[in-house]
Amino acid sequence: MGVNLVQNIGEAVAMILFGIGFANLFFQKNLIKKIIGFNIMDTAIFLFLAEKGYIAGRMAPIVVDGIQDVEAYINPIPSGLVLTGIVVSVSVSALMLSLTIRLYHRYHTLDLDEISAKLRKEEM
Amino acid sequence: MAFVQNVPFFSIMLSMFSGIVSSILPGKWARRLNTFMIIVVAALSAWLFAFMATSDIGSYTYAMGHFPAPIGNELRAGVLEAGTALFFCIIMLLSLWGGREKQILEITERQQNLYYILCNLLLSSLLALIYTNDLFTAYVFIEINTIAAGGLIMVRQNGHCIEATIRYMIMSLLGSGLLLMGICMLYDLTGHLLMSNIKEQVDIIMAAGTYRIPMLITIGIMTVGLAIKSALFPFHSWVPDAYGYSTVSSGAILSSLVSKGYIFLLIKIFYRVIGFDTIAGSHILNILFIFGLCGMIFGSVSAIGENDIRRMIAFSSVAQIGYIYMGLGLGTEMGVIAAVFHLLSHGATKSLLFVSAVGLTDASGGSRHFTDLTGAAFRNKTAGVGFLVGSFSMVGIPVFAGFVSKLLFAEAAVLLPNWKMFPTLIVLAVSTVLNAIYFLKTVIRIYTPVKPEVLAEKGFECKHFKQQVLFGVTIVLFIIVNLILGMKSQPIIELIEQGLHNFM
Repeated sequence: MGVNLVQNIGEAVAMILFGIGFANLFFQKNLIKKIIGFNIMDTAIFLFLAEKGYIAGRMAPIVVDGIQDVEAYINPIPSGLVLTGIVVSVSVSALMLSLTIRLYHRYHTLDLDEISAKLRKEEM
Repeated sequence: MAFVQNVPFFSIMLSMFSGIVSSILPGKWARRLNTFMIIVVAALSAWLFAFMATSDIGSYTYAMGHFPAPIGNELRAGVLEAGTALFFCIIMLLSLWGGREKQILEITERQQNLYYILCNLLLSSLLALIYTNDLFTAYVFIEINTIAAGGLIMVRQNGHCIEATIRYMIMSLLGSGLLLMGICMLYDLTGHLLMSNIKEQVDIIMAAGTYRIPMLITIGIMTVGLAIKSALFPFHSWVPDAYGYSTVSSGAILSSLVSKGYIFLLIKIFYRVIGFDTIAGSHILNILFIFGLCGMIFGSVSAIGENDIRRMIAFSSVAQIGYIYMGLGLGTEMGVIAAVFHLLSHGATKSLLFVSAVGLTDASGGSRHFTDLTGAAFRNKTAGVGFLVGSFSMVGIPVFAGFVSKLLFAEAAVLLPNWKMFPTLIVLAVSTVLNAIYFLKTVIRIYTPVKPEVLAEKGFECKHFKQQVLFGVTIVLFIIVNLILGMKSQPIIELIEQGLHNFM
């Protein structure tokens, strides 16, 4: 158990971060904190992928000095997935932030429950 | 390879590129392009559907750019995929037609073309979810789907819609975060991203009996992720606002197509990635089953307590999603067939209800409260008939689509060898009664005559068929789709069964 944990410390940290981010996105009332939680969650996934693609003692998969041997490089697929994931994460964060700005201009608060309460009052 | 086999690729690309072209077109032309594109994609899908239903190849994979299997990206099509694509196109077109009048009023001139960009992107992502054979591609298109759906809710820019969008986005992001984690863990376990390659490795792992706990967690978080995204109870808090306050086409498209796309992907993951025996052997399905049952009851109870007709229909969606997950949770092939059929029948019925509800509220001075809706069916006869048919279908009156899916659920439950039989039958009966309470209550109310002087006092106007030809035609087409599903169910069920066999 102990040895496994030391060997896989990166993955363990990624899982803990994922939990923290997930809980923040779910339970925080403040919209900005929710978005921070979302970013922590996504970054944790990228850490997990990067850990999984890394092979100790090898280089990044960019051919320099003409070395074409597969054994010299780490697994490039997880890095590719991380890149795609970052693009998605950035665009979703931007969308969420712009929505937050809209709501803040209208209701002068970042608390989602308070916004719902104000909406209900508006209706009456 | 026959030329028709290129259709999956063409239809995804066609809808995506018309989204891009729409960005430089004025609103009117964007709308025309959108209608044209959906009709073309529907025709192409129908062609593929006819080809797949008559040929004996079952299903085929389409290598994108001709790169061989583990490296390249793949699409895969069979009779079920082509049929679902055709169905999605039809429902999307009808929802857009039915809500067009309202949508022109509710969205500013400058944003008209943006609305159609989002619709095109949504369709292309739904088609990609249906056809893709690669899990990571599925994830990327799920995110496109989420963003486009968020845009469709928010395009009508009042406080309710923005709040609904942000609630929808939060729940969706939780779901897609879990799904992405699941995909990464599955990649870690098997070393592949293409569904068929993963399946081979999963079979080897399961046969060797290793990695039991990681596999269980992976299946669990992928399933929960997609369940959150498709608004399974208790993750439905965003549903009533998002479906209830957005412009009517968006509400209809979201409830009848977007959540169904995720469920279709989940069924694909069950059959093609993990293998249905492995899934049925784990306890994940029992969890889905129990939450499905809870959703069937709680969705209906919330709908009974609702005073706003659109929010009532939205809560009814929660109950119907519960039915679908209950069917998946039964863990038999019959249950999955019933779930897929209900996916179609609910898609056809719920969009009809949303569209006709708007006709009724318009005839009541825009008010959505039940007291004002009294006699609305006489003021707008087309919408009244549409709502009547939709309600009957949801309650499960024979001839309509909802009846067949309830019958299939009951059949699947009776054939079960385990403890799930009685809870299923009991909850099915209770839920049907609850459905009948709130839908028939509404039908009776809209068909209760009101004195002409009361109408004159409130200033409600009558709308005749001639004043709203497109709306009327849409309602008629919706009713025809519903009747086809209800009366020609046997060949459809056979095709679903054949399609599910091809999944494996």
